[in-house]
Amino acid sequence: MSKLGTLGARLHHGEVGYDFVKNRKIWYGISILITITAIVGLAVRGLHMGIEFQGGAVFTTPKNMSASVSQTETWAEDASGHDAIVQKLGDGSLRIQIAGTDTQQSDQIKEDLSKNLDVPAEKINADLVGPSWGDQIANKAWQGLGIFMVLVVIYLAIAFEWRMALAAFVALIHDITITVGIYALVGFEVTPGTVIGLLTILGYSLYDTVVVFDSLKEQTRDITKQTRWTYAEIANRSINSTLVRSINTTVVALLPVAGLLFIGGGVLGAGMLNDISLSLFVGLAAGAYSSIFIATPLVADLKEAEPQMKALKKRVLAKRAQAAAKGETTDSAADEGAYDADEPDDAAPAVVGPRDQPASRGRGRGRPSGKRR
Amino acid sequence: MVAPKKGKSASAQSKPGRSLALILIAIVALTGGMFASGHTTPRLGIDLAGGTSITLRAVPEAGQESAINKTNMDTAVDIMNRRVNGLGVSEAEVQTQGDRNIIVNIPKGTNSKEARQQVGTTAKLYFRPVVATELSGANATGSPSPSETGGASDKATDKATDKATEKATDGDKATDGDKASGTPSDSASASATSQGRAASDALKADPSPSAKSSGGASPSPSASASGDDAAAKVQQQYAALDCTDKGARAKAGEGAKPTDSTVACGQNAQGQWQKYILGPAAVDGTDVNKAEAVFNTQTAAGWTVTMKFTDKGSKKFADITGKLAQNQSPQNQFAIVLDNEVVSDPYVSQALTGGSAEISGNFDQEEAQGLANVLSYGALPLTFKEDSVTTVTAALGGEQLKAGLIAGAIGLALVVLYLLFYYRGLSFIAVCSLLVSAGLTYVLMSLLGPTIGFALNLPAVCGAIVAIGITADSFIVYFERVRDEIREGRTLRPAVERAWPRARRTILVSDFVSFLAAAVLFIVTVGKVQGFAFTLGLTTLLDVVVVFLFTKPLLTLMARRTFFASGHKWSGLDPKALGAKPPLRRTRRPSRPAGPVDPKEA
Repeated sequence: MSKLGTLGARLHHGEVGYDFVKNRKIWYGISILITITAIVGLAVRGLHMGIEFQGGAVFTTPKNMSASVSQTETWAEDASGHDAIVQKLGDGSLRIQIAGTDTQQSDQIKEDLSKNLDVPAEKINADLVGPSWGDQIANKAWQGLGIFMVLVVIYLAIAFEWRMALAAFVALIHDITITVGIYALVGFEVTPGTVIGLLTILGYSLYDTVVVFDSLKEQTRDITKQTRWTYAEIANRSINSTLVRSINTTVVALLPVAGLLFIGGGVLGAGMLNDISLSLFVGLAAGAYSSIFIATPLVADLKEAEPQMKALKKRVLAKRAQAAAKGETTDSAADEGAYDADEPDDAAPAVVGPRDQPASRGRGRGRPSGKRR
Repeated sequence: MVAPKKGKSASAQSKPGRSLALILIAIVALTGGMFASGHTTPRLGIDLAGGTSITLRAVPEAGQESAINKTNMDTAVDIMNRRVNGLGVSEAEVQTQGDRNIIVNIPKGTNSKEARQQVGTTAKLYFRPVVATELSGANATGSPSPSETGGASDKATDKATDKATEKATDGDKATDGDKASGTPSDSASASATSQGRAASDALKADPSPSAKSSGGASPSPSASASGDDAAAKVQQQYAALDCTDKGARAKAGEGAKPTDSTVACGQNAQGQWQKYILGPAAVDGTDVNKAEAVFNTQTAAGWTVTMKFTDKGSKKFADITGKLAQNQSPQNQFAIVLDNEVVSDPYVSQALTGGSAEISGNFDQEEAQGLANVLSYGALPLTFKEDSVTTVTAALGGEQLKAGLIAGAIGLALVVLYLLFYYRGLSFIAVCSLLVSAGLTYVLMSLLGPTIGFALNLPAVCGAIVAIGITADSFIVYFERVRDEIREGRTLRPAVERAWPRARRTILVSDFVSFLAAAVLFIVTVGKVQGFAFTLGLTTLLDVVVVFLFTKPLLTLMARRTFFASGHKWSGLDPKALGAKPPLRRTRRPSRPAGPVDPKEA
């Protein structure tokens, strides 16, 4: 079996595990750092908005144009009286961007270009955008974003609880900030395609988070009835047990996007496919990161602040101290009630938190392996 | 929340064949429907098929923000549809988008420039007096046209001219003979009822002396001023006009100024084309304050259209109706002309001075509302501004479609390879499910084209490709669950059943979030984002259907086969490879509490 499968098994049995929750301060720190960088980048460099957002025209000529880029640029500037950006695409077609023209003026420019380039006007693809269209797309997108967030927070608050909703919300903001920040820092052009990609990230980012939360909810159902694990430990366990799925999902989601990116960037040169897949690519990575490193630890933090959970933690710690004093032999006997049962009967590892918490926990590690059967 | 009770799974598991049969029947039925409807490929959007797409934004007049409402936008769409399709454009499509945008999609092969001009200009609605009218087309072309050119030329536009009147009535008679073949006896009254619509004063005002006096000063001065040439030209145009020809219809009266006489076409109540000579515009569309369709219960007139005029309009309307009322048919009619097409030609029996009027006829509700819409368009306090114009050549469209399909194929292939590598034999089920899902998506997209006007555009293709990931993830959730159960030491069949309820809940919860995102995007956003959201939502729904009705039953069936059940090395369910524990020893503590011992999420 593949290595991931074995890793999955070990994660499942708690033989290995990474303490995501314990090291959360580090992750928070990293995320805050990235977010600050993103915001600074956004403030200093700003976003490179495409023609669609500032108004203007984009013309694309047929393939295999003989005219040079600089020559075309001159023609376009003469025709429009504005600055023109000309790119030669992979298939030899020219992409001419002229900002600041209105739609009426653009017709004339197209005629001139067609004359100069010796291409019939019908063969030139034109994208003429009025200055307010981009604003409208952006405004609608923000509006959609807002409505979606409100709905999703309400839904998560009902399906799970408000702390999880809040954490998911923070993770979502985090993803979007990072993606936008990367766009600002690298200077990718923002087009409606980018916006589409960005909005899709919403769904994906939450999708991942929701799966972890679902597991967390299930495992913590009767948490107050036991004294073996604290909430944070169970949260960590949830992350670890869904890790394989998270990896798989991210890989499977990224593969088609990679296909899009390859085709969009490599074959078409530029355009909608490229824009969507690029922002998706960035956003998916951020989404996978945030659901593991930000959302769940945040829930743990919020939960641990609850008096009930505080009390539980105290009990758990007390019990551990006691157990440590008694020595390892009484270890399993010390567990109470239901939890006693699943020690020998490993078929039900459910609530059992990470069995090998870092050595400091002093428990489980030293158990004879025979116990595991 | 979304999670059903655990016990329910038992019933589903026992009859995997039934669910499989169900989805198979659904697929066959949908595919059959697709072939029966003749739409075997999804309708392509402008960016894939080539053509021009124009986005217009409604701009209200200052201080009239509320003018942007559904009724007004629908009226505007109606009008634009009429115009664009009047160009002889095939399948041009006009629809509202969001609350203030109108999208006009014009397929390739048409003169996009002309279409843009048509769409971009504001509608012109005029009330013009009818000078002459007759049926147009093959059956009526011969009769009056050759004779009239000479004599009528000098004063054709002046309605007082005998010749014109005579000819016109002749033409009218021919009309009546054609359409009301049963009652040839009374030609005058027949023409009045069947073709002209009575406009009566809603306020029942008496014919006022003022109307009479103004009746003498006809609107003709402008016509006579413009000279005989113009009149002759109009006559010539009229003679040559064949309204049954779409192209000729579109050109009729093109570029005519409101102060000039012109020719126009219109459809009568029988759906026949009729041509008109029309005098100079007497009332402007903007003089109409309000128009609505009303069901008149008092006079048993059925559906009628009431108009209210502005102060200026009232005066003009009183003038024109006063003059018209003194004339013979058809010169007692006025034509309501929208973009040079006669939409209605009511006759007037008296001067209407009240500032409001009612048009009655044998309307049904739809007709009355249509006419009211047209009338209100003149009063629509909206102008439309071009927000974006995208012209895609057929070559680029085809290329983008190809690129999208290749990207999809690559994406699918990569996912399949990954699943194959990771899940081995189990991936057979995943790949089957993906194929079923892809097939259903394709069939539904094809069917949704004609039914709800869905057009596959580039963002929609992207949405479908991205959805491969979402769909595959549902299998991953379930498979990981099953494998976890096997790691617990269960054999395959119980593992499959035990894993299902929890996997199901996870799938539902996460798909719901994904669907929510798609739905919100679809409702709120405009333009390309919408197409994307639509496919994403559709595929998410399909994902749930496929997982429930196909993947799960198939896995249940497969679990019975030795290849999987014995945990063959290549089945992806090899307990050893999964690191399973030795078989359970459940004898020790049979009464484990249900709650906390639930296995983990996948």
